[in-house]
Amino acid sequence: MAGIPHDHYEPKTGGEKWLHSRLPIAGLIYDTIMLPTPKNLNWMWIWGIVLTFCLALQIITGIILVMHYTPHVDHAFASVEHIMRNVNGGHMLRYLHQNGAHLFFFAVYLHIFRGLFYGSYKAPREVTWIIGMLIYLLMMATAFMGYVLPWGQMSFWGATVITGLFGAIPFVGDSLQTWLLGGPAVDNATLNRFFSLHYLLPMIISALVAVHIWAFHTTGNNNPTGVEVRRTSKEDAAKDTLPFWPYFVMKDLFALGLIMVIFFTIVGFMPNYLGHPDNYIEANALVTPSHIVPEWYFLPFYAILRAFTADVWVVIAANWITGGIIDAKFFGVLAMFGAIAVMALAPWLDTSRVRSGRYRPMFKWWFALLCLDFVVLTWVGAMPTEEPYATIALIASAYWFAYFLVILPLLGVIEKPLAAPATIEDDFKSHYDATSSAPAE
Amino acid sequence: MFKKIAIAAVAALSLSGGAVLAAGEGVVQKVDFSFKGPFGAYDQNQLQRGLQVYTEVCAACHGLRYVPLRTLADDGGPNMPEDQVRAYATQFEIFDAELDDFRPRVDTDPFPMSNLSNAPDLSLMAKARAGFHGPYGSGINQLFNGIGGPEYIYSLLLGFTGEEKTEAGVTLYENSAYPGQWLAMGPVLYEDQLEYADGSSNSMEAVAEDVSAFLMWTAEPKMMARKQTGFVAVIFLSVLTVLLYLTNKRIWMPVKRKEKNA
Repeated sequence: MAGIPHDHYEPKTGGEKWLHSRLPIAGLIYDTIMLPTPKNLNWMWIWGIVLTFCLALQIITGIILVMHYTPHVDHAFASVEHIMRNVNGGHMLRYLHQNGAHLFFFAVYLHIFRGLFYGSYKAPREVTWIIGMLIYLLMMATAFMGYVLPWGQMSFWGATVITGLFGAIPFVGDSLQTWLLGGPAVDNATLNRFFSLHYLLPMIISALVAVHIWAFHTTGNNNPTGVEVRRTSKEDAAKDTLPFWPYFVMKDLFALGLIMVIFFTIVGFMPNYLGHPDNYIEANALVTPSHIVPEWYFLPFYAILRAFTADVWVVIAANWITGGIIDAKFFGVLAMFGAIAVMALAPWLDTSRVRSGRYRPMFKWWFALLCLDFVVLTWVGAMPTEEPYATIALIASAYWFAYFLVILPLLGVIEKPLAAPATIEDDFKSHYDATSSAPAE
Repeated sequence: MFKKIAIAAVAALSLSGGAVLAAGEGVVQKVDFSFKGPFGAYDQNQLQRGLQVYTEVCAACHGLRYVPLRTLADDGGPNMPEDQVRAYATQFEIFDAELDDFRPRVDTDPFPMSNLSNAPDLSLMAKARAGFHGPYGSGINQLFNGIGGPEYIYSLLLGFTGEEKTEAGVTLYENSAYPGQWLAMGPVLYEDQLEYADGSSNSMEAVAEDVSAFLMWTAEPKMMARKQTGFVAVIFLSVLTVLLYLTNKRIWMPVKRKEKNA
């Protein structure tokens, strides 16, 4: 593997040499955990470990839950109650799995916004970024289908609304929706295939996570300065980096421990806080809940979906230009997927040569506004579609697109970046000289 | 910069709650239930009184299909003696496919289902209703007051105004706690309606509180075990986190000191 120069694994004993010449697995593990890591990484670089932990937690709890769950419309809801009441430790498993999904998304959003601020998506890490976006899309699909499995009212009506999005696609929409659902409406066939896919997709996510890690182990980690590790010699590289084990493993485990304390506080004392009461009512195709609200982690994109109503000028224009093929509903669907697409295209939309937002005085403010925008979208996504929420949602959606499509390309041209430190070593030293006490390990 | 983001993200998380302002929201009172808060626990005697109210009043129409009768003997629940539970079970009949006939229930059977098609099952009612919302869909109220399911049941039982109307042949009763204000269930509680064997107060408020607590238990029978797990996990993880902090500090110390002296 090309990359930062460092010591590699040397088999010493006869047994090690025997295995190494047949399968260099010890070398692979050694190179992976001894990866030279920029020593100035701050606390925003812990989310990768948290996400890896979440994936493992969800897969382990999920596999056990499957042993007691029944994917059938007549038994799904009752089997979840069976888990909650009769299975030893079942209530804990289920609450861990349910709240594990919330932690998973909380961590992934911080991980993504970390990348957006420090320019982790820029060359040469575009492939890492794109794979990350694919993982995020699969996470959303997995979480959505998992939410359908308990077969509560929100499960059923959420599934109806979200699969209805595919029905908005011109010409093929209706057939596509029927094909996805396995019938004219959400029913047993839908539940069964969602169950199957909810089990399959995490395996694909695991594989993509391995590729994600492989990709950034090739390019090396980004770091808060955005300055690359010196690769001129092993000695130079060693001045900028420390091995992942034990320095960053211990740091990440400490952060994970802290997050676990908060996580178990929620699981132990308020496990239903992030859920919706309606999902404790069994699915009923004849009764529509007064408000169909997705889980919080979908709300920003749900807000964008609903923001573009038929009276918005871009929608009217799109409708007129395409001769009515793009109506408001389809426009909303395009906007929702487009919102993620523009984020995925950030490596090519950002024209600035400076990687880290730390040295970009104008970018900082636009980025802070993007964070605020994300919070506003989350909030407005849970609100009914009436004034003033509709206007707020429209403005917030417009800013999301403007940030990626207008502000990022323009800033690179008009902004005067500050001077970044010459090396990571200089940055690290500046934090730990005698006059400064900033804890930035 | 990232402090801002972290705060924003926490705010975003606390928005979730799933709560949405519904039109014509009912008025839900705060009740000081014994099981509130991290140290709160079910009051066995209250749950047993609640079972009595459920049996004598609610069970006429409603059911508890997901609740196995044997769980009435559980620790962290009503904790009734097992012979008493078996005796209690026999008052309900169940159709046995093997006998091809009805037989009295045994403790491994669940409670009966609802007798009326429009009377919802009450097993999960305390978790299926939110008493507290907002402000502005932020879910902050729920963070401090809980989601408010048992409070909703309590308020509904005491919320009848006495007004009634007939719509399409159905009599509807006005209730200040019900989201649409008019519901098909009439007032079911009145003063001195039942006698408790333990001589506790049988005022309408006390009876409503007892049955609401009982229905919280039917919805969340493992609450006590869950809180205990929560405590053990939080204490152990806190100790582990402190140790990891010290280890991390110790590992990094030479690296940082070297830089200082360089």
